[in-house]
Amino acid sequence: MLKRPNTLKNSEQELRIFRVRALLAVLVVFTLAGLLTSRLVYLQIVQHDMYSTRSENNRVRVEPLPPNRGLIYDRNGVLLAENRPTYNLTLVRERVDNLDETLALLVDLLELPEEEIEAFNVRSRQRQRPFQPALLTSDLSEAQIARLAVNRHRLPGVEIEAQPLRYYPDAEIMAHTLGYVGRINAEEMETLDAGRYAGTHFIGKTGVERFYEEELHGQAGLRKVETNARGRVLRELGRTDPVPGKNLTLTLDKSLQTLAYELLDGRRGSIVAIVPGTGEILAMVSTPGFDSNQFVTGIDVASYRDLQQDLDLPLFNRATRGHYPPGSTIKPFLALAGLVEGVITPDSTINDPGYYQLPNDSRRYRNWLRWGHGRVDMERSLAVSNNTYYYTLAHDLGIDNLHEQMSNFGFGQRVAHDVQGESSALMPSRDWKRGRFNQPWYPGETLSVGIGQGYWQVTPLQLASATATLANRGHWVKPRLARQIGDTPVPRDLPDTLDDIELANDSWWDRVFSGMEKVISGTEGTARRTGVGLEYRMGGKSGTAQVFSLGQDQRYNADELAERLRDHALFMAFAPLDDPQIAVSVIVENAGGGSTHAAHLARAMTDAWLLEDEAPDVEEVREVLEEDDANVEGN
Amino acid sequence: MPWHYIARSMRGHPVRPPESGIARRKSIWERIHLDPWLLGLLLLLMGSGLIVLYSASGQSIDAVIAQSVRFLIALVGMVIIAQFSPSTFLRFAPLAYGIGVAMLIAVDVVGDVGMGAKRWLVIPGVIRFQPSEMMKLAAPLMVAAYLNRCELPPRLRDIVVCGVIIGVPVVLTAIQPDLGTSLLVSSAALIVVLLAGLSWRLIGFIAALGAAGVPLLWMNMHNYQRQRVLTFLNPESDPLGSGWNIIQSTTAIGSGGLWGKGWLQGTQSQLEFLPERHTDFIIAVLGEEFGLVGMLVLLFLYLLIVSRGLWMASSAQDTFGRLVAGSIILTFFIYVFVNMGMVSGILPVVGVPLPLVSFGGTSSVTLLAGFGILMSIHAHRRLLSR
Repeated sequence: MLKRPNTLKNSEQELRIFRVRALLAVLVVFTLAGLLTSRLVYLQIVQHDMYSTRSENNRVRVEPLPPNRGLIYDRNGVLLAENRPTYNLTLVRERVDNLDETLALLVDLLELPEEEIEAFNVRSRQRQRPFQPALLTSDLSEAQIARLAVNRHRLPGVEIEAQPLRYYPDAEIMAHTLGYVGRINAEEMETLDAGRYAGTHFIGKTGVERFYEEELHGQAGLRKVETNARGRVLRELGRTDPVPGKNLTLTLDKSLQTLAYELLDGRRGSIVAIVPGTGEILAMVSTPGFDSNQFVTGIDVASYRDLQQDLDLPLFNRATRGHYPPGSTIKPFLALAGLVEGVITPDSTINDPGYYQLPNDSRRYRNWLRWGHGRVDMERSLAVSNNTYYYTLAHDLGIDNLHEQMSNFGFGQRVAHDVQGESSALMPSRDWKRGRFNQPWYPGETLSVGIGQGYWQVTPLQLASATATLANRGHWVKPRLARQIGDTPVPRDLPDTLDDIELANDSWWDRVFSGMEKVISGTEGTARRTGVGLEYRMGGKSGTAQVFSLGQDQRYNADELAERLRDHALFMAFAPLDDPQIAVSVIVENAGGGSTHAAHLARAMTDAWLLEDEAPDVEEVREVLEEDDANVEGN
Repeated sequence: MPWHYIARSMRGHPVRPPESGIARRKSIWERIHLDPWLLGLLLLLMGSGLIVLYSASGQSIDAVIAQSVRFLIALVGMVIIAQFSPSTFLRFAPLAYGIGVAMLIAVDVVGDVGMGAKRWLVIPGVIRFQPSEMMKLAAPLMVAAYLNRCELPPRLRDIVVCGVIIGVPVVLTAIQPDLGTSLLVSSAALIVVLLAGLSWRLIGFIAALGAAGVPLLWMNMHNYQRQRVLTFLNPESDPLGSGWNIIQSTTAIGSGGLWGKGWLQGTQSQLEFLPERHTDFIIAVLGEEFGLVGMLVLLFLYLLIVSRGLWMASSAQDTFGRLVAGSIILTFFIYVFVNMGMVSGILPVVGVPLPLVSFGGTSSVTLLAGFGILMSIHAHRRLLSR
């Protein structure tokens, strides 16, 4: 390339030309530099006064106007989350003459703890725009505001800023379901639309607050203001109003939610109640609760550590994320699976000698009653919670059918429409076991699954939702928490709802219901003590889930076990039988037998929802329960 | 491959020229092919730039660190480039030019849209860069390489060829559309032709042609480009829209006065009235906070760099070296003039950063690569006794 040497080139002449041109270039460069210099002299010396005045006076700034967050109501219009006006103390460093003196004075005036000042110093070391107010302390009291007003002249650069702060009137009861808002963190900042969130410091972190963040937040507005040389706003030049967030009406019933919370009495547990026909979640409680208001203003390190390290895990949402072996509560679903698959009819019976044996296997899978229930049909199997019947049924179904049918009831998947952070828990299958343990499925494991033990785990929400579907005669309506968003009602039928469950003979539903009614009202029903004085027809099923498995033929005494190794008490129920209005699941950790420790709570919930007169007295329920507990042995 | 050429260039330049009777020891600077004066001035400029950047970025130490890292990378690039002999640049000019043109075409076809214009070429996960940036060096190198084999002053035929060489990349960048870069590429290459001895009559003719082309250019401009020109002519016509930049930057500079408001004390800059204050408009921060004195010191620093560069160019030993060196250093000054002129309101707003002061990596790398070539040309002179 370009190899041809030019023999005619005259280097002397070329150098001469270049030097002349370079000299001209120098002239041009210096001329242009002179031009720039004269322009600068003109701007900075001649016109300096004019520009100086302009810089002092003509200051237009755009300020964000954060929207008001939507309020949250329960189904009866009771306020669950509101915006309370609070006052923050802010400080503009650039306008403070002596920072240390000012801080000392403030500590004195407001009796601020030293930590607040330290936290402020840490915050102010981070990157910050000049002339931006920095937060010193939030939530000032009336007295503090008064003291500040009196001493205002001594505190230039210190401002009181009004800011609406989220407040939850029933924080402990609603904490898990409602969730809470918290300060926007650096990670969230990156993914947020900066325009929409201009001026907003809070964002939904968990629960409804997080799921409906989009609707609750709204849209920030702007205003153009003229400021003086010190950055203080002089007048407003124009504005775009913010669009407030939408108000949210939930399906929750505050009184029922409160009752559920009180019934659980601070034990580790959960109660979920759903309206079968509409999927509306009436109550969803996880206990122990916590004060979610602490998280709004920013919880202090010690309190947070206490909550984190509490063995009862108050921050954990048991209703949606707690995994429990369902125990016998799933027997009605298994009976239905048997009916769908044609493995049983309502009238087929087995003979129970007190145990079940797989063909060619000496191991005995025991019924809870050692000497057996004798001849057992479907309804009786539910009433007495016979294990042998379900060992047989599970074996006849096989794990593949069992997995498919239970999946149709929503087990092993997320069932709700708008419940944030819902866990799918676990419905075991051949594939799952292969993937998890790289092992084949053993027939004995099908038997464990058949009585709701083994690998099977459900969340209280799943159990309630499956119960609602059963009460609805197999018709699925997606459980939901929102009833109305702004002015728009949430439709009954939502996308991605599971397919309905259909039986060959529709009257078989009644046979299953009848079996469940006998649990409560039958003479040998496991929860018959709960049915005393019942004013409507109710179906249910108790469950007792072993926390750890016992060796074969080993008997145990609950008292000998440490409290945390005792069985979980479970109960699922719906009522009234002929026109179900409420489906409930109750789980109380390490309480013992479900027919006692969970069933009474479920009855109290249905009483409260169905009976017009008075709400059940929590103390009374507890007394009945304790008396019952003293009289009962076994399941 | 480069090391091969380094080795070759070393062989071509014996440490002790045989003609020279007296053994002349090479200084350390000559050994590493760097010019200490120019390097010192550049470092001084970059250092001052970082001080202004800290203020202009809203006192972000992160921005200063990021910029320092870019400077460091660009400096390493410069030192590496300075090790190649000028004959390498001569040989590779057509190749670089060809690749550059190919990539410009690629950008127009598949390029990534950023800020409303297709300027970026992206190989996902690997690299994302502006080929037009590379053209700022490849175009003048190509023109100089071509003129190097002609008899100078160039004849009309050579000038037409040069016109084509310049025209292709300029049109390709202009349709991206990136008017600023297009103007810089064309001026860098045109300077080569001017320095080669383009006759005055032709210069006059081209100027007249250019003047006649203005209406044509106007018709082909995008709306936002036209708006910029209109706003330049009368910034007050749109005080909250595109005139905002000029009003705020002249106010910032004007209110600085003789001594300025002091570092970090500029209200225009710190209260965010000044747009793009850490990129294209950074000089306004300097003007507001350090006043006329600060502005003139910076301008003087730029003039020192340009003077040193021009001296190095005129002491180059062959035509190619002279033309390339001259073009690089004069283009550098054009950057300075266009940026300062735009911010102080005597030129329309075109996106040209202030060399080695504005926040941004690409332009620093290109500029220091240019200085690398300049140093290579200067340091690889044959030490002939005349």
